[in-house]
Amino acid sequence: MAAGDPGVVELALRSGEDVVRLRQAVRERAVAAGFSLVDQTKIVTASSELGRNTIQHGGGGQAFVAFVVAGNKRGVRLEFVDKGPGIADIALALSDGFTTAGGLGLGLSGAKRLSDEFEIESKPGEGTRVAITRWKS
Amino acid sequence: MERIPILRMGRFLLVTIQVDMHDQLALALQDDLTQRIVKDRAKGVLMDISSLDVVDSFIGRMISNIANMSRVLDAHTVVVGMQPAVAITLVELGLDLAGVRTALNVEKGMALLQAFEE
Repeated sequence: MAAGDPGVVELALRSGEDVVRLRQAVRERAVAAGFSLVDQTKIVTASSELGRNTIQHGGGGQAFVAFVVAGNKRGVRLEFVDKGPGIADIALALSDGFTTAGGLGLGLSGAKRLSDEFEIESKPGEGTRVAITRWKS
Repeated sequence: MERIPILRMGRFLLVTIQVDMHDQLALALQDDLTQRIVKDRAKGVLMDISSLDVVDSFIGRMISNIANMSRVLDAHTVVVGMQPAVAITLVELGLDLAGVRTALNVEKGMALLQAFEE
């Protein structure tokens, strides 16, 4: 996904207020995609976790929100990109309870659990990209 | 920055969260509540989250912190009005609000707090 793709909403993630805006944007997309209330809540919550990670760990970045279609499936896909320090050990970062910021350590693993698809790319010094997709059930 | 109002009802404090909180607001609420528990010698805190349609791990931690801090200050905390979609999502998120009592609504929450007093 890239800014400028039709139908992709790009949001800057720098502050706590940006996470609030992100949740609203994701909610709007999920409603427009016809998600049930529970599915809306799951993807909005996942976006909040990942958005917060982008700010706290990535030093700020961008979120991209898009509709996706695959065959007769419709869904919402989110991408979080930062140019921060990157993650040295992705498996460790994905384990429940692992935190480097005094949190609960549930953000990355929780977002993965709340999504149908989850991708992560990160290397120390090269930033991080996380993408999640949720399909309308 | 606006702050979430804390109302006093006898020996209890009532907090109604009606806005989509950003992080600083949540942290300010934790601090404000702790100070008010001491200042008002409150025996209980009722947190009404019936307007929250999203509770993520940061807010979940805020709720846990408030419950823990009140306990240290000899007060009980009851969270009321959790929306069903939020409850389902919290379980899947893996957020375990252990030690946080919940009730369906403010009335039942008050009854629970009063029962602790007896």
